[in-house]
Amino acid sequence: MSSADDVVLEVRDLRTRFGAAHGGIVAVDGLTLQLRRGCTTALVGESGSGKSATALSIMRLIDPPGAIIGGSVRYDGRDLLSLDEIAMRHVRGARIGMIFQDPLTSLNPALSIGGQIAETILAHETVQRGVALQRAVALLERVGIDHAASRAADYPHHFSGGMRQRVLIATAIACNPEIIIADEPTTALDVTVQAKVLRLLHDLQQEMQASLLLITHDLGVVATMADDVAVMYAGRIVEYADVDSIFHRPRHPYTQALLGCMAGIEDDRQAPLEPIAGAPPDLRALPPGCRFAPRCTQALGSCQQQEPALQRLSATHHAACLRLDAMVDG
Amino acid sequence: MDAPRVTIASPAPRAVIARASGWRLAAFRRDRGATLAALLLLALAAGAILAPWITFHGPDEADNAMRYAPLLSPGHLLGTDQQGRDMLARLLWGGRISLLVGVAPTLIATAIGLALGMLAGYARGVTDQIIMRSLDVLFAFPMVLLAIAVAGTLRPGVSTEMIAITIVLIPYIGRLARTATLSVVALPFIEAARAAGGAPVSIVLRYILPNVFGPILVYATTLMGLMIVVGSGLSFLGLGVQPPTADWGAMVADGRVVLRRAPHVTVLPGMMILLVSLLFNFLGDGLRDALDPRRRRQ
Repeated sequence: MSSADDVVLEVRDLRTRFGAAHGGIVAVDGLTLQLRRGCTTALVGESGSGKSATALSIMRLIDPPGAIIGGSVRYDGRDLLSLDEIAMRHVRGARIGMIFQDPLTSLNPALSIGGQIAETILAHETVQRGVALQRAVALLERVGIDHAASRAADYPHHFSGGMRQRVLIATAIACNPEIIIADEPTTALDVTVQAKVLRLLHDLQQEMQASLLLITHDLGVVATMADDVAVMYAGRIVEYADVDSIFHRPRHPYTQALLGCMAGIEDDRQAPLEPIAGAPPDLRALPPGCRFAPRCTQALGSCQQQEPALQRLSATHHAACLRLDAMVDG
Repeated sequence: MDAPRVTIASPAPRAVIARASGWRLAAFRRDRGATLAALLLLALAAGAILAPWITFHGPDEADNAMRYAPLLSPGHLLGTDQQGRDMLARLLWGGRISLLVGVAPTLIATAIGLALGMLAGYARGVTDQIIMRSLDVLFAFPMVLLAIAVAGTLRPGVSTEMIAITIVLIPYIGRLARTATLSVVALPFIEAARAAGGAPVSIVLRYILPNVFGPILVYATTLMGLMIVVGSGLSFLGLGVQPPTADWGAMVADGRVVLRRAPHVTVLPGMMILLVSLLFNFLGDGLRDALDPRRRRQ
């Protein structure tokens, strides 16, 4: 999407399978993505479209019998997929921080808040436990926890959901990573808390000049946070563009349909939301041709036969649709 | 939200750690039942250890003139048995063996079983299969039969008894530890720990162990009482301590033939076994609550 030295992480043709080799499903099927330094890339899509699978693949946290079955993840001149487990461990948490969806269950109930953050620091740096704890307190302050010094000794059940998500963010940034992956970081939170957590995430990302991969299904979040947007459908990217193009000049029928589902406050209340008919395809029995064709209002006969590849429309805009010419400015 | 909290002004991590562990002890002390149980157990252990110095009679010192002395007889506070041996002395001396046989093998088996169970549950795959199938082989034998088989291959004695009981217990604790580990490993915070770059060893020790330790501990404490009985059974069969030395179980067995004539000979050691089992249970509950941060407050 831009010059090569700007790219911190490059995912190419990533394919990930959940379940056994026979009878499993390919949750991510040929995904290509770039994270630019200091920029936020949003990965959008319905549940089950492979967003989280993509994040877990980048972190190499796919549990057997599932496996990453193809592609590469280039970071810092190396392919993360070919690193040995110990080298990969030094990437996780240290170079790439990850924030999970459910703050209520993503913290160890038996370890104090400060202790958990310190644990991450100790995993990557040879410092004294006391030093790590001191840094944990500083991190808690940085993510906006009041009385951080005394609260560091508290346990997760003493914290509210929003505060726990702040703790998870503190853990993710503990070692100053270049990349932060946030997997639906606000889905489990109240709307008011959501805004604060996103604000925090945004500020930290700016401050650290880190790249943020934000996984979400909330287009409102995308509009306020993202620089680049990748829209996923059934394990593939169907449209990949800068945020303005996605919202103002969407070219893929699925992106257009997603925007049609979005409720805006200024919208004319008379115009009803337009849900997308049908359901995402069963990954075990994919339709032939374009995966979105069965639900697409623009589909032709040829869409059922040929699978469209991602096409370059401009330097910052790519889409995978056979009818791109007909879909101008939807 | 929680109750109003006091803020500590100076941010010293050392104080933070101290506070965290201080709470643990305080929480345990607040649990009156557990504290009482711990104190009673300590008293019993002290009595057993100090037996040679605090008893007026040797445990095997028979006084034929004083057979079947009832409770509160002069010179024999808890009476005598059918050979005129002082019950108090025998209970204290017997406690040395019974407490040792109840506690030590259970602790050792808990350590080994926990390690094996957590390894199997965390590593899964081939490691899991090898460990669990091996434990299944042990598991297939009835507990007492296995203990007899193990003890029978070694020379009779207290250490044989303890080895046998340790081996018998490992599959029980290993199995429970594995199940508990599996349920903890499925929780998102384990994935979060891996995503933060945690090494397997630290994930097992800092994330899994604290979360499986509680239930295992309670189970282990219930086993301690049971193991006193199993140990006694081994002695009864001649595979553990040899007469005239006796643990509580052997004393029960000895006394049962004169149950009608002198019930205290059987009832007293029986009550000791019951009491110790109960005390261990209370202690286990209290420890579990004190170790689990979610139960610690209030």
